[in-house]
Amino acid sequence: MALDKPYLDVPGTTIFDAEQAQKGYHLNMFAMSLMKAPNRDRFRADNSAYLNEWPMTQNQKEAVLARDYNRMIASGGNIYFLAKIFSCDGLSFQQGAASMTGMTQEQYAQMMLNGGRSPEGNRYLGEKK
Amino acid sequence: MARITAAVTTSHVPAIGAALDNGKSHEPYWQKVFAGYAKSKEWIAEQKPDVVILVYNDHATAFSLDIVPTFAIGCAASYQPADEGWGPRPVPVVEGHPALATHIAHSVIQQDFDLTIVNKMDVDHGLTVPLSVMFGQPEAWPVKVIPIAVNVVLYPVPSGARCLALGRAIRKAVDTFDEDLNVQIWGTGGMSHQLQGPRAGLINQEWDNRFLDRFVNDPVGLSEIPHIEYVREAGSEGIELVMWLIARGALNAQVKPIHRFYHVPASNTAVGHLVLENT
Ligand SMILES: [Fe+2]
Repeated sequence: MALDKPYLDVPGTTIFDAEQAQKGYHLNMFAMSLMKAPNRDRFRADNSAYLNEWPMTQNQKEAVLARDYNRMIASGGNIYFLAKIFSCDGLSFQQGAASMTGMTQEQYAQMMLNGGRSPEGNRYLGEKK
Repeated sequence: MARITAAVTTSHVPAIGAALDNGKSHEPYWQKVFAGYAKSKEWIAEQKPDVVILVYNDHATAFSLDIVPTFAIGCAASYQPADEGWGPRPVPVVEGHPALATHIAHSVIQQDFDLTIVNKMDVDHGLTVPLSVMFGQPEAWPVKVIPIAVNVVLYPVPSGARCLALGRAIRKAVDTFDEDLNVQIWGTGGMSHQLQGPRAGLINQEWDNRFLDRFVNDPVGLSEIPHIEYVREAGSEGIELVMWLIARGALNAQVKPIHRFYHVPASNTAVGHLVLENT
């Protein structure tokens, strides 16, 4: 019997479940390794060389090199692990989040000041705004 | 005897800690956040709790994907602030209370909650930001802390009802500890926020405020909200709010509200905060 996953029809959202964690294990463990300063230094010095130490898929490595967080999430990444990458780049959580929305950092910051993204029209895939 | 006298609930947004650590707390943007805790800081200075049972979630800090415990209790004598990728926060070491923690572990496991016992871990912003908003920047934290780490990162996460019941079990455990201790329980995380994907930035003020109302007056009804409602209405990371219910379960059905604060935004997040005394 299929597992109960009622969260697959939420727009712009990937729920990190055991299946995603399986896909993203090495990607997430790579990201977590950046909690150690010497690893950050080595990663900053040569992104590709550092990534090649991890048994990640080519798609995952390319997503990291492009800092394409949506692509990293699609390939099993979780935001709390991936946060170690943008923290290493000197970016805040707001800058990291903004990069996934198609908005500029300024537009995103302004949206938050205005009360954030409304849930209206954002609850179900294909829902009319 | 030890007794749980009050609960504090609060968001634990990392940027709030960073604002304090980097001397930005007087900037207007952050002043609006810290002002909401002024009354609570006065209150806690009078209350002088001995121990805080601090319910939070580890954000891929102490627990990697190698081991993900659903409920974990810290029984260590102390915990170091973690390096989450930008160096450790410049905050005091967190002192534990091993005697009460092991008593709670023993009692709660005998009440059929399968807690994971942790004797060494670093603690991230989920635990240290609540201490900062309540105590500011002291040389040493004025309380001992028992961390209760809840998995809200890797689905499925525990239900609201399970969290409320765990709070009740913790209450029973504390009530049977012989030493005279003033114990508070804090529930942290939330409120509405989403940090990932094209839907990042979601905030739902109406839903959050209903949550705050029901948290005080209808915790049992509130605990029946399914996960999917948190995701749809409060954003994928809004699920952290289930942790508040552990704190609520440790209080009486009737409580005395002392303070309520709600503000949007702090970085990506709606900030919510309650102080409730046990009657
Ligand atoms: Fe959190």
